[in-house]
Formats: sequence, C-alpha cells, structure tokens
Amino acid sequence: MNPPEAARPTAPALVVRAARRTRLARGGEKAFEFLIRLCGISAVVFVLGIFVFVFKEALPILTRDEFSLSQFLFSDQWYPTSELNKRYGVFAMIAGTASVTVLAMAIAVPFGLGAAIFLSEFCGTKTRETLKIVIELLAAIPSVVWGFIGLTVMSKLIVTYTGAPVGVNILNGGLILALMSVPIIVSIGEDALKAVPDSFREAAVAMGATRWQLVWRVLLPAAKNGLLAAVLLGVGRGVGETMAVLMATGHAVHIPGGILDSVRTLTANIAAELGEAPAGSDHYRVLFLTGVLLFTLTFAVNLLADAVVRGIRRK
Amino acid sequence: MNPTTTKTWSLRLLPLIASAVLLLTPGCKPKESVTAPGGSAAGVTIQNKGSDTMVNVAQVWAEEYKKTNPHVNIEVSGGGSGVGIAALTKGTIDIANASRNMKAEEIEQAKKNTGKTPKEFVVGHDALAIYVHKDNPITEISNEQLAAIFAENGKITKWSELGITLPGGQDEIIRVSRQSSSGTYEFFREHVLAKHDFKLGSRDMNGSKEVVELVASTAGAIGYSGMGYNEPGRVKMLKVSPKAGAPAVEPSVANTLNKSYPIARSLLIYTLGEPQGEVKNYIGWIMSAPGQQIVEKSGYVPMTAADHAR
Repeated sequence: MNPPEAARPTAPALVVRAARRTRLARGGEKAFEFLIRLCGISAVVFVLGIFVFVFKEALPILTRDEFSLSQFLFSDQWYPTSELNKRYGVFAMIAGTASVTVLAMAIAVPFGLGAAIFLSEFCGTKTRETLKIVIELLAAIPSVVWGFIGLTVMSKLIVTYTGAPVGVNILNGGLILALMSVPIIVSIGEDALKAVPDSFREAAVAMGATRWQLVWRVLLPAAKNGLLAAVLLGVGRGVGETMAVLMATGHAVHIPGGILDSVRTLTANIAAELGEAPAGSDHYRVLFLTGVLLFTLTFAVNLLADAVVRGIRRK
Repeated sequence: MNPTTTKTWSLRLLPLIASAVLLLTPGCKPKESVTAPGGSAAGVTIQNKGSDTMVNVAQVWAEEYKKTNPHVNIEVSGGGSGVGIAALTKGTIDIANASRNMKAEEIEQAKKNTGKTPKEFVVGHDALAIYVHKDNPITEISNEQLAAIFAENGKITKWSELGITLPGGQDEIIRVSRQSSSGTYEFFREHVLAKHDFKLGSRDMNGSKEVVELVASTAGAIGYSGMGYNEPGRVKMLKVSPKAGAPAVEPSVANTLNKSYPIARSLLIYTLGEPQGEVKNYIGWIMSAPGQQIVEKSGYVPMTAADHAR
C-alpha cells in the first residue's frame, strides 16, 4: 500500500507514475490471463484427479481372489454385509438406473423440447418472460424436496390411479426425474433455438414455409447440436441424480419386470451405504468400483454423443 | 468455431464434472470438529450421531439439556447405527447412538484408530415392532412366519399363505426393510432371521419414520421399526409369538421390561474411552430422571434398576 502523497506531484513524478501504471497494468493483465487459463485447465485437472482418486480406492478389490468382475457386473445378488456369504453383484442396480433414466427421458425429452420450441418460436415476449422465470424456479428446487414429493404425494396418486401395490417405483422415480430434467432441457434447448440466425427464419418464411415447416425443416436441423446438448444434460441429471430417486424408487434390489416395480439405482446405493462401510473394507472398495462404473457410463454417453455430433457435422 | 459449437462443448463437459463431483462427495467426509470435552465454558460442542431409531429421542435430549446448560451445543444426526459407529471408530464424533451392539471388529478398529476402547451405556429399551397397514385384519405373527417372509429362500410371499384376506383384494406381501447401515436391520437379521440374509427386493427405507410412513400408505405392506414411531390410526403393531403355537405378546413397556416380547433390544450409546467433562455430564443427565422421562415420552422404555446398577 502506498502512503497517500502529501505534496503536489511534480512533472517528472507524473511521468514515472504513468510508466509504473502501464507496467502494473501489463503485469496485471498477465496475471489475469494466467488466472483465466488456470480456470480453463482446472476442469481437466479436476476430472482427472477425481478419476484417479475413485479408481485408486477401487483398485485393490480387483486383485482379490474372492472377487470376480463378471459377478459384479452380471449378478443381481447384493449382500455386502451378509454374515454368511457376502456377494457383490450390481446388475439389478444397473437395470434400475437404466430403467428410471430411460423412462424419465421418454417423458422429459418430448416435453422439454416442445416447451423450448414454444418458448422460442410461438409465444409472445410477455408469456415467454413469465414462463422462463417459472421454469428457472422449477430448476432451483432441491432434489431432496423432489424426493419428498415423490414419497408422499406422487406415491399416493400412483397407488390410486394405477392400482400398483406400492407407490414408490420406476414410474414414480421416472416422473420425478423427468420433472427435474425438463427445466434444464427447456432453457438450454431454447438458447440453442435462439442462436439460429434470424436470416434462416426470414429465408424460410420468404419461401412460403408454414410455421411448422419452419420448425421441423429449418430450426431443428440448424440447432441440433445445441438440442443434443440439452438432452445430454438431462441424461446426465438422470444418471447422476441421487437423493430424489433414493426416496422415490423404493430402493429395492430387484430386476424390474414392469414400470410399477421398485428398483434401486447405482447412485442411491452408494449414497445409502458408503457412510457405514468401514474405510478400506471390501464393501467400501466395491462401492468405489460402482463409482468407477458410473463414471465410465457417463463418459461413454458423452463420448458417444460427441461422435454423433461430429458425424452430423461431417455430412 | 462458431459460438454454438464452443457452447455445446463446454455444456457437454458439465454433466461429466457434475457426476464426477457427485461421486466424490460421499467419499471424502469432512473432519468433524471435535471440541475437547471439558474445555472452556464458552461454548462446548458435542457431536452425536447414529441410530435412526434413537434420533428423535436424541434430538429432544439435546434441546432439553441446552435449556439448563446453555453453553453446551449438542449436534445430533442420524444415518443409522452403522454410520454412528463408523464415525466413532474414526474418532470424528463424541457420542455414537446405536440400536445394536458394537461388533468385535468395530471395537478393534476403534482401538487401532484412536487408541481408546469404546465404552457402552444402556440408556433405554425398545420393542422392535412389526407394523402393518391399519386395515390389515392380521393381529399376530410368529417369529418363524416373519423369517419365512423376510429371509432369503423364505417361502411366504402372499398374505393368503398366512390365511389373511386384505380388504383391498391385494395379496402380495410388500416387505419394507431398512438400509444396511441400520442397527435395526442388523438386529432383525440376527434375532429374527437367525443371521440369514434378507430376501432381495424389499423396499429398503433410509429411516425408522419412513418405514412407518410407507406402511401407512401401502395396503399390503409389512415392516419393522422402533415402537417409538407408532402412529395409532394409520398403522397397526402386531403381537409377536416367539414360536408358532406359543402365545403372541403385545409390544408394550411392560412386556419389554419382563422380556416376554421376543424381539426387544437395548438402546445404547458409545463413547471413546471413559467420558470426560461435558460429555460425562451429558451422559449422566441422560441416565438421570429428566433424561429418562424423555425416553418414556418418545414411546420407548426407560432404564431399569438393573441397568442403573451396571
């Protein structure tokens, strides 16, 4: 900190100060650039760091004789704390995660994209602003609140209207997850559609296209990358969501035979059991291996999507 | 690169990072602040964690104790007996609540990590109640029937196999169980299933209250939870007989005390080594009359003279 200058500065002092300022500014610019760069690279560092950490914790189980990877992936017997015969099979939970995510996406993608198209192309400014605020509010509801709604409100409705023996099931989890991912799909999808230059719209209208033709033939193909990103973020939410599905799906280790069956998801299983698994035990390591599996799953989905986008672009 | 592409790329990374962070979070537990017991009078914090069966009682204890000892903060959280015991063996909490005894290997682990032997206190008793929906006509059940319903390879899956017809016409037995970190889960497995495993496919709830909630809203459900969570008018507690043919016993305070109810258990708290300072005062207060009145008001059974003599 410079002390406040008491006397009136002389001319040479002013020159010196100006020079100092430019030097400072240049230095500051460099520092800032470095900071920004660090922020950019940090994402890569974090992802790698997390992967290394999760994998490191899981690795020792793979070399254990009692543990077989094929049993882990393809057996539905999950008895991590058994006193007689410990078995670690997560197939039922893979099926659970897949079924809840697929159902949620089957509901959320058409709804979300439809809402995005409506917001960006069909409604007036006032309606749009109101709707956007409400949709953003919807996105801000914490997942545990969603889970609570699933457990109390939704489960009663499901029992009343479907005659299911129990209200916490795939349908419940899927609906809750769909409600959670719709806001994400809508806001990102709308941004993607908005990013299509107006000249496209003008050209299409000039060619005599109806509004529907404009959306279907011009906007959707032009915005497909952004829309795919919107859908992928939704899938990411579906696979990664924990608390809400933990409460809404019934948390039962069971390969589902229909959408009214209870299931358990991979994430919910980790959340429910990691707290008590003694650090370094087989149970603990298997839970980390489940983490590696989840990581691989999301990574595969992202990679696949990237390949799809590249494929579209090349055409 | 046009702006949309850049955006797409960064967006694509998001779920990856989000899911990765999600994976990491449960893994690294923040070290809880353990205040040295008996420290300065200005604000002492006692960390208390564990059993969901006891979390309500522990909550009321903490609130009442603070009224007379305003400088002591007691932070209570649930998660299950296993979670509390795991935290105690790592030395991150002061008091663990448990509805089951610590296992030999857990005691070993605590000694290894902290150099102290866990000390057990009985602070009350509970009859592990069997809950069904209020409209279910069944009134009693035997230990063997419970095992046949809940255990792996158990034969009973339908209410009609117990001779019961539900008013709603449903027949499938919906088993409501607990997550494996629960002391109630382990107690049930040990004493009802004779250490055999649970049948897969039960709805595993994350808390004692959730069990009762789900049973209350599901006609064909049967579940087990502490008697303190009874909600008369919404669920029904069954009488339990130790053997088929033997008289069934109601879960009540008297039947828990005279040990005639077959699946009764003690409510326990554990500390690392002999408790000191504020922790010692707090446990002393829990075992005194005001603390025991709270146990009774919460629907559990207070300590007996024999417990006090221990």
